[in-house]
Amino acid sequence: MKLDKSQPLEYGTHQNQMNILGFWIFLGAEIMLFGTLFASFFTLENGVGSGPTGADVFEITPVVLETIILLTSSFTIGLATHAMRINNKKATLVFLGITLLLGLSFLSVEIYEFIHYYHVGLTLQTSAFSAILLTTLGTHGAHVTFGLFWGLFIFLQIKKRGFTPETTNKSFIFSLYWHFLDVVWIFIFSFIYLKGLM
Amino acid sequence: MKLKLAFISFAILLTTFLAGCEPLLVLDPKGPQAETTANVIWISIITMAVIVIVVISLLIFMIYKYRASKQGEDYEPPHIEGNPLVETIIVAIPVLIVIFLSIVSVKSTYEVETVPEGYENQEPLVIYAASSNWKWHFSYPEQDIETLNYVFIPTNRPVEFRLYSYGPITSFWIPQLAGQKYAMADMVTKINLVAETPGDYVGRNANFSGEGFAENTFTATALSNEEFDKWIDEIHSTAEPLTEEQFNKLLKPGHLGQMTFTGTHLDFAPAPEGEHAGHHHGDESEDETNTEHEDHSNH
Amino acid sequence: MEFFDRFAVPHPSPLIYASMVAIALTLIAVVIGITYFKKWGYLWREWLTTVDHKRIGMMYIISALLMLFRGGVDGIMMRLQTAVPENSFLDAQHYNEVFTTHGIVMIIFMAMAFIIGMMNIVVPLQIGARDVAFPRLNAISFWLYFAGAMLFNVSFVIGGSPDAGWTNYFPLAGTDFSQSVGVNYYMWALQISGLGTLMTGINFIVTILKMRAPGMTLMKMPMFTWSALITNVIIVFAFPVLTIALLMGTLDRQFGTHFFASTNGGMDMLWANLFWVWGHPEVYILILPAFGIYSEVIATFSQRNLYGYKSMVGSMVLISFMSFLVWVHHFFTMGHGPLVNGIFSITTMAIAVPTGIKIFNWLLTMWKGKIRFTVPMLYSIGFIPLFTIGGVTGVMLAIASADYQYHNTMFLVAHFHNVIIPGVVFAMLAGLTYWWPKVFGFMLNERIGKWGFWFLSIGFCLAFFPMYITGLDGQARRMYTYSEETGFGPLNLLSFFGAGLMAIAFILIVFNIYYSFRNSPRNVGQDPWNARSLEWATHNPVPEYNFAVTPVVNSSEAFWDSKKNGHNLFPDKFEKIHMPNNSGVPVIMAGFFFIFGFSFVFSIWIGVILAALGIFGCMAYRTFENDHGRYISVEEIKETEKKYGGAK
Repeated sequence: MKLDKSQPLEYGTHQNQMNILGFWIFLGAEIMLFGTLFASFFTLENGVGSGPTGADVFEITPVVLETIILLTSSFTIGLATHAMRINNKKATLVFLGITLLLGLSFLSVEIYEFIHYYHVGLTLQTSAFSAILLTTLGTHGAHVTFGLFWGLFIFLQIKKRGFTPETTNKSFIFSLYWHFLDVVWIFIFSFIYLKGLM
Repeated sequence: MKLKLAFISFAILLTTFLAGCEPLLVLDPKGPQAETTANVIWISIITMAVIVIVVISLLIFMIYKYRASKQGEDYEPPHIEGNPLVETIIVAIPVLIVIFLSIVSVKSTYEVETVPEGYENQEPLVIYAASSNWKWHFSYPEQDIETLNYVFIPTNRPVEFRLYSYGPITSFWIPQLAGQKYAMADMVTKINLVAETPGDYVGRNANFSGEGFAENTFTATALSNEEFDKWIDEIHSTAEPLTEEQFNKLLKPGHLGQMTFTGTHLDFAPAPEGEHAGHHHGDESEDETNTEHEDHSNH
Repeated sequence: MEFFDRFAVPHPSPLIYASMVAIALTLIAVVIGITYFKKWGYLWREWLTTVDHKRIGMMYIISALLMLFRGGVDGIMMRLQTAVPENSFLDAQHYNEVFTTHGIVMIIFMAMAFIIGMMNIVVPLQIGARDVAFPRLNAISFWLYFAGAMLFNVSFVIGGSPDAGWTNYFPLAGTDFSQSVGVNYYMWALQISGLGTLMTGINFIVTILKMRAPGMTLMKMPMFTWSALITNVIIVFAFPVLTIALLMGTLDRQFGTHFFASTNGGMDMLWANLFWVWGHPEVYILILPAFGIYSEVIATFSQRNLYGYKSMVGSMVLISFMSFLVWVHHFFTMGHGPLVNGIFSITTMAIAVPTGIKIFNWLLTMWKGKIRFTVPMLYSIGFIPLFTIGGVTGVMLAIASADYQYHNTMFLVAHFHNVIIPGVVFAMLAGLTYWWPKVFGFMLNERIGKWGFWFLSIGFCLAFFPMYITGLDGQARRMYTYSEETGFGPLNLLSFFGAGLMAIAFILIVFNIYYSFRNSPRNVGQDPWNARSLEWATHNPVPEYNFAVTPVVNSSEAFWDSKKNGHNLFPDKFEKIHMPNNSGVPVIMAGFFFIFGFSFVFSIWIGVILAALGIFGCMAYRTFENDHGRYISVEEIKETEKKYGGAK
């Protein structure tokens, strides 16, 4: 386990570099995953059957709220990584904590949004459009939920073990994941909500 | 040795091909569309046979000439990197073949998708062919009759089959008249064909559709124009009208023999085309009126 | 009792009951055997928890052989049923189940496993690495594959097999037309093993990019490693598409959504598109590693370097790229019109160009060589003409207008078996024979191997060439029976006869393993084949740390270079070696995945939730775990090296 001092700690060992590269490749696979969902969405978005269309059910307020929350959390996770680079454990934990709380509130708004859809008669079974809409949002939401637990575990590890090659590596990879979810959300926001509302 | 064997089996295959006691259905066309595909198949078989023969000859040459038992103990094979000239040749030849076949492919695909040459001016006979598990329903909207598991068509007149399915995806295929096309539940696909020789032709669903798939066949009979008209008249005087109730009974999974009716199911169960297409709207079309549909399409 | 009713097989037959008994007896025998010989501890320590790429590779290949047996039995049953007209050996429903499982088992659980097993064993050795980049993840990949395979295989005794074809087109695969849980099994078995495959993809890309021996630039990698790299890139980009398609299929079947339904805006054609967007690259995932193996074998036994290394690499990159642009050719007959069909027809035929380049390069590798006809080489020589026939019939199928006549017929069946068997299966058998001494330290018997090859090749020709003819005569695929008047009878009987020869070949190949294990001399030395690439620079069998000293290379044929040009592969001294620790988490987690999939198939939600908690528990355990691996000391290395005969 040779430590390369010229690199930031998260890149310090060969294994760490491989972990980060591996995660980038994983994100490539995730792009294909969401890409498939988007392609299916565009194919099925007019397949509303006798159910409501996007314009009928979308509400701009929660969506904008979700967007703002998630964009902010992407910023705070960036700050957490920066704090980690300058070896400030307390600031890292604070920013990571804020990120997780923002993630949690994003999820709450999304759950509210789903309940709203249920009330206006748009469920998984309504039409092909409703199914692909909820599957796409749900897949993103499931990623966020998974990220919350993952982030929490990393939070606990940094708290307990401080900055080691492992913990820094994990939190750096987590930040990549979180940024990625944000990017996916921007696509969802533009191509599902805005396009649907127009 | 191996190669000789492979070559011999290939030769046997080709000869069976060429001299089989009965001609293979696909290569025994009875109309211009099937004739086009049969010609394309022959062109490709010949082109491809040349490639196979070249490759096999080269291989035989290599393993005969350079086998270890023939070389001296101390022969050291040389180190040879690629050679630009050789590599250009092995790229160029396949490229030329592919260009040639691409032209054949595109040209013939356009041909078989349109009304055959020489028949463009005739009004095509429209027949709706709908599949259900595991039957074919043929509706003649103009003649106002419907048949089950058999279809009569006039010779030397373009026929337009409009295909759709009550159930799984099926594939409509009369090998001696034209290639296949899928029949699906939410849209209508079309086959244009002409029969030039009177006769009975095998027709079937070629796409796996469940338990009764193997027996999902029908007969296509080509008749002269007069005979065809006579047949239509005969049906109008003998057959019973098709009711909605009866049609729904026919749709139930199972096998039925050949049947004939007057009237078509299109009157009460329209094909999924135009405003009835399934992509944008639900299947409730049967209960709704046309104006409601127009409302929907304005979204 | 009502709870248990769902596990009953909907269409039982004496054959299925007999298999149930056979499976139960085998399981009992295995358990008793292991207990009697007190091997549970050994099994757990050395195999179930292993993270060693060589052992994982072996487990993949053993599973692949088992699946080859299962899929082969399915194949023989199909040939037997159609051997004569109006046969009543299987009824329609059983025939449908048999060809569905034959396809899935052979593609996903046999060929994929064989290929990944081969990559596991060979790639780290070829690049001079100690293991793969993520050994633990590698174990998870294997166990997920294994869980998926087992899940798929219990379907025919519990709840019923899938029956909608391996392509599983909706709406046929929807609950309206396929009511048993069979297709649910399809969804989850593929989903779970697909996850494992995706992880393998990531793992091997990183391994190959980051763990090559010093001096081994990308353009100095052995050709099999190149093919593995490209294959894994395809895996990473293709498999997520399948993940989503399967997810949608599951939702349609078990949660009443309308993705692929013909009502409420669903689109059945979407499944076909998604399936083949994954399915066509999948074809190249199978064939590219095979190309890699042929490149190694042909160069070795022609005793010459591979001709046109750069164009070999270039053509593979091109194939991988184009493999994503041709999927529509699987359904030219869907009615997209001549323009779309024309475009996809051209892209499909264009793949023949890089493939042709490879064929010519192999031929030119033999040119001026000194060819030895060993078993691996026989398979490679058999591959060239047979695969060329398969390839050119592929070009014929690519002509859209002609495809309207070939589509869904036995012609198509003949074509894809003609590329997969001489392409993939021959390559796997060549690779197995070629690298066998590398893994086990003894050779497979050449005489029996050659008999196996001849039976397989001749059996293959007899089984599949007649199908080209019956296809052109109008025999559709997947028909469980046909009438005498069709005239398909004699050629189908010939096919059955060929299938019988292939079965004999399989028995010979398995017998060869047993025979060689008993009789083959153990002192093969380091270089039994006069080989060229780096994996032969270490001992046979390979010690757990692969190379005692990290090799330094400066040629794509590093071992040849060291033999002929005196290049010093091991300039460095012994150093302590870092190795990963074994772990039981992967196998336990895969166990939870199995329970998850099984419960989901039968909609037993409590089982689903508990298994999901188990899976997440394993992940949480992993993230908190502090495992830095272990070191092998210099003394231990010296000891081992001495045992293998001489320090290096």
